[in-house]
Formats: sequence, C-alpha cells, structure tokens
Amino acid sequence: MSDTSIKPRIEKVPLSEQFFQKLPVMLVPLLALAGLLAIGNPASWLTLTVAGLAMGMMIFIMASGLTVVFGLMDVINFGHGAFVAIGAFVGFTVLAWLAGWTESPSVLLNLFAVLIAILAAMLVTGLLGYAFERVIVMPVYGEHLKQILVTMGGLIVAQQMIYVVWGPDELHISRPEAFQGSLIFGEAAIEKYRLVAVGIGLALFLAMRHILQNTKVGLLVRAGVENGEMVEALGYRIRRLFLVVFMTGSALAGLGGVMWGLYQETITAHMGSEIMVLVFIVVIIGGLGSVEGCFIGALMVGLLANYTAFLAPKVALISTIALMVVILMWRPQGLYPVVKAK
Amino acid sequence: MLTKLLSGDTPRSRLLTVILLVVLVCLAFAPFLFPGTKSLETAARICIFIVLVASYDLLLGYAGIVSFAHTMFFGIGAYGTALALSATGPSYFSLAWGTLAGAVLAAVFALAIGLFSLRVKAIFFAMVTLAVASAFAVLVSQMSWLTGGEDGLNYKIPRELTPAFKLVKEKVLDVRINGKLLAYYLVFFASAFLFLVMLRIVNSPFGRTLKAVRDNAFRAEAIGYRVVWYRTTATVLSAVMAALAGSLLAVWLRYTGPATTLSMEIMIDILLMVVIGGMGTLYGAVLGATLFILAQTYLQNLMGIASEATSAVPFFSTLVAPERWLLWLGVLFILSVYFFPSGIVGRLRAGRA
Repeated sequence: MSDTSIKPRIEKVPLSEQFFQKLPVMLVPLLALAGLLAIGNPASWLTLTVAGLAMGMMIFIMASGLTVVFGLMDVINFGHGAFVAIGAFVGFTVLAWLAGWTESPSVLLNLFAVLIAILAAMLVTGLLGYAFERVIVMPVYGEHLKQILVTMGGLIVAQQMIYVVWGPDELHISRPEAFQGSLIFGEAAIEKYRLVAVGIGLALFLAMRHILQNTKVGLLVRAGVENGEMVEALGYRIRRLFLVVFMTGSALAGLGGVMWGLYQETITAHMGSEIMVLVFIVVIIGGLGSVEGCFIGALMVGLLANYTAFLAPKVALISTIALMVVILMWRPQGLYPVVKAK
Repeated sequence: MLTKLLSGDTPRSRLLTVILLVVLVCLAFAPFLFPGTKSLETAARICIFIVLVASYDLLLGYAGIVSFAHTMFFGIGAYGTALALSATGPSYFSLAWGTLAGAVLAAVFALAIGLFSLRVKAIFFAMVTLAVASAFAVLVSQMSWLTGGEDGLNYKIPRELTPAFKLVKEKVLDVRINGKLLAYYLVFFASAFLFLVMLRIVNSPFGRTLKAVRDNAFRAEAIGYRVVWYRTTATVLSAVMAALAGSLLAVWLRYTGPATTLSMEIMIDILLMVVIGGMGTLYGAVLGATLFILAQTYLQNLMGIASEATSAVPFFSTLVAPERWLLWLGVLFILSVYFFPSGIVGRLRAGRA
C-alpha cells in the first residue's frame, strides 16, 4: 500500500436531501399513529395493528420475489399469482398428509409439519419457476408487451392445471394446534399465527437486505440491475444469476402462498390472482425493483386495509388504491425506484 | 364505395375475405339461418364482443398499451344504460341518455387514468390499471343500493324490443318477426357501425401516428408528436367504444351485473380474443371474437365427447374435460404470442400469394 493511492472522496449529501430520502421510513409509524387517533381504543388498535403488520409481512413475502425479479431482469411476472396458489395447494396437501403431526399437542411436531409443508411448497414452486423461466419467459426478454401477454397466458394455464390436479373445489384446513388461539395483552387479543407471520416476514426482510447489501451474490445482483452487460463482460454468467433469482422469487411466492393459506384457512385456485392485486399495489407503491420500498409499501397496505376494514368496511380495497394514488402523486416512480421507469 | 366504407383497409387476403364474408353473412341472417334462442344469443354476443375486442385492439394492437381496465369501461357503459332504464322507465329517451352518460363517464375515467399514468412503462401501466379495475369491480359490488351489488340489475327495455311485441302476424321463413328480432338487428347494425367507425379511426392519420408511437415512442416524440397526447386519446377513444359495447349488452340481456361486465374472466377473454385473432388488425377482432365465443359455446360439447372417449385414460381424460377448455385456449394463447404474434389475420395476410 502506497500513500499515493487515490482515496475515493465521498461527497456528503446535504442534510435536507438525506431527510427527503429517509422520509418514506416514517410513513409506517405515521400511519399507525393516524390509525390510533382514528380508532381511539388502544386495545382494538393493538389487535388491528398486529393483524395489519402480519398481513403486510405476508404480502411482502409474495411481493419481494416479484420486485427483485423485475429489478434484475426487467420482467414483471403476471403469472406470479399462480405460484402463490400452487404453493398454497402443495403446502395444504403436505399438511393433510401430516395430519397426525398437526393435530398432536406437541409444539415441536406442529412446527415440523409446517416446516416440511413450507419446504415442499417452496421446492415445487421453485422448480416450476425454473420451468416457467426457461419455457415461457426466456424467449421474450426485453419485450414488455409480450412478457405481459405470455405471463398472463402462463397464469391461465397454471390455474387450469390446479383444477386438473386438485379438482375444482376449494380446500379447507385448520392451523396446527400450536398456531391456534390468541395471546392476551391487557385487553387486546392477538392471534398467535399473526405473530409468527410477523416474525417470518421480518426475518426474511433482514435476510434479503443482508444478502443484497453484504454478500457477493447480492453485489452481483445489484450490479446486474445497474448494468447487466457490464457484469457479463466481467465474466459472470448473468443468465444463470437471472435464473436463480427467478427461482428464488417463485419459491418466495410459494412460501407466501402457504402462509396466506394458513392465515385464511381456505384456498382456491383463484386466490393467486386475487392477492396479486394487493401485491401489485405494494410493488407500485414501493417503486419497481426495490426491496425496502416493497417492505414499507406492504406494511402500509396491510395496516391501512385492517384499519379501514374496522372503521369503514366497504372501502377497504378502495383505500389501498387511494393510498397508491397519493403515493404516486408524491413520488411518481414509487417510494424507492431502483430501475428508472421510462 | 365498398373500399371507402372500409376506409381503404381491405382484408388483403383472399381467404380472409372469404372468412370475413361468411362471418358477416352468418351474423346478418343469423335469426333465419340458425333458428333457436341459443344460437341467437350466441350471435348477439359475437356482435357485441367484436366491438369490445376491436376497441381493445385499438389500444393494444395500434397503440401498444396493455390495459387491464377495459372491462371497467365496458361495465360503465352497461351500468349507465341499465341505471337509466331502471330509474326513468323503459323509454328510448332514457336509453339514449343512459348510453351517453356511460360513454362520457368512461371518457372522463380514461382521461384521468391516461394523464395520470401513461407516461410510465408498459408494465407499470398494466399493473395500475389492474389495480384500478379490481377496485372498481369491488366498488360496484359494494354499492348495492345503486347497482344491485352482486345480483346486478334487472330492468325493462322499450316494448318494441321485447319478444312480446309482434311486428308481423305470420312467421316469415319459419321465424317469428318480433321485438327480439328487432333487438338483434339493433345490436347487429350498431355493432357494424361502431366497427366501421373504428376502422375509420385506425386508418386516419391519427391511427398511423399511433402506430408510429407504438413502434418507437422515442423517435415519435423526437419528430414532434406528443406521445402522451396520442396515447391518452387512444385510451379515451377505446374506452368510449367499450362503453358503447357495454350499452348494447345491457339492452340485449336486459340484465347487468358484475359477472357479465366487470369480472376478470371477461378481461382475460378479451385478451385471448385479441391475441388469437391478431393484434393490430381490427379484422382480427372479428375472427378472435367469433372463434372464441363459438368455442366457449360449442367446444365444451366436443370436449365432453373427447373426455367420454378417453375415460379409460385416467389423467388425460381430466385434461380434456369440458370444464378445462380454457386450459387449451391458454396454451394456444402462449403459442400464438410466440409463433404468430400477428394472430390469424397476420398469418393469412402473410400467406397470400
């Protein structure tokens, strides 16, 4: 090391600009505060907030895969909803096989059953993601119009295949013993499963952040988002990276599907396309391609949906649209756009 | 004269001309050629969907905009007419103002969506419209005091358009000349007129500029065309056309509800019809809508037979079960996006000697 080496000079961002950049982080607490003021009763507020956070975390799990895939590959997979549904169906099938474990009072066996169900769902949807990328998406890189059409086609076929494999009826399953019931904090009752969902979502978010910020794979992914050709020229096989990211995204959809299914305790072949509306809203709010934005957006949508469902049930979905419109007025590209929308 | 009527956009393929003529003749004389209620329903549905699909093609094929809000405009038109008819009685006046109100409201909505989000990427616009359309569908099913919620609205239409009205006592060619027949011809001629109007639009300088914007928005902007203005105008035009198609459906069915106008299934149907028929050719809408609705109505019977025949093969028979016809259309859809991006019409035109 010589002293003459050029030291990079990091220019300081002005404080006001830093504040503007960080501003979206404040949105979730602000929304929660607004909810507290609107609802008044702290106990029901706490229940609703935890429910909203849980819903937000599950939407985040489904949306994060989608948004990373978009950021890296410039592909929005309209068939993502199909992976959610398939994940849920696979998970439910496995849980039905393991009925002996899920019904036993042993927490460990319960956990084991759910874990196996989740792993199976993620495995199946990950492999399906592989097939989907190779067969359906690969020929249409760089053509948005065709991507939308073809992935819609994939969604139709996948939904129909669910009917072929699992039949036309919706499936019911009750959560394993350990996840049933509520904890009581003062006057507020909080369902255990929602706490679990919050935990898993938070863990996933932190893990994704860690991988993207601190590992070499994350570095390559971020570099690929900026300039794929350059990464390729440096000798990395970006195509393979694409594929891995796509499979991970699909597997996350499967995970989200199992968790959402256990939350609702009922699944249908159409659940994917229904939840996709919320997922898209979250992705738009967060800014295409951004994991942090997606996280904030998901939590906001979850909280807002639960607050409005309590205060004015008829406007629940409309309120999330209104949120999207307001956010887009403020930041036309979403909260933290990674890919500059043209 | 004929060329002028078609705005100079002739089919440009002998086979295509023949097919289109067959479709036209069949639709024009449907009540006489195919007697029976079911076939008349099918024919009217085909007429209405030709307009709807052509209006979507105006957006997708000519402007290159993927919107999932098209059923919203269809629904606005249908509900406009339906609400007017149920609120102010079954008169032609309420029919007219309801239709007009629906079209105007659709235009305003389209303008808002267009100005708001057409500056962004195709993917972004598709997602925004999907969200807005589903919110609209929820809103309609929630506002049951106005829209009848999930049950929809039943209403009366002017008496001259109902089967109770007899125009001629005797049967002509074994067909009763009643109000139902008049209603069919109202639908038929209105659809034909709207289709010709759209043909006029896409073959005007405006339509050609639209194609330029679709093919290279950057360059079009650089030449001096205001891309956003063109895209927004296309969105508004196509929304108005869809609303008018919705009004026709409302008159024909005498019922309007979320399932017939707003559901996501209809949006997917429209998408399939446009792509299979051929994007960027309005004639594709004719073929797509005709084929699709015929398949919807009659293919299921055929698949029922196939499923019976293969009932010994366990997995295959569920694949060809009549309820799974959409599966095969989905596969066809993907294949046609890859191999025939210009659909049946483009294929026929390319194949001409």
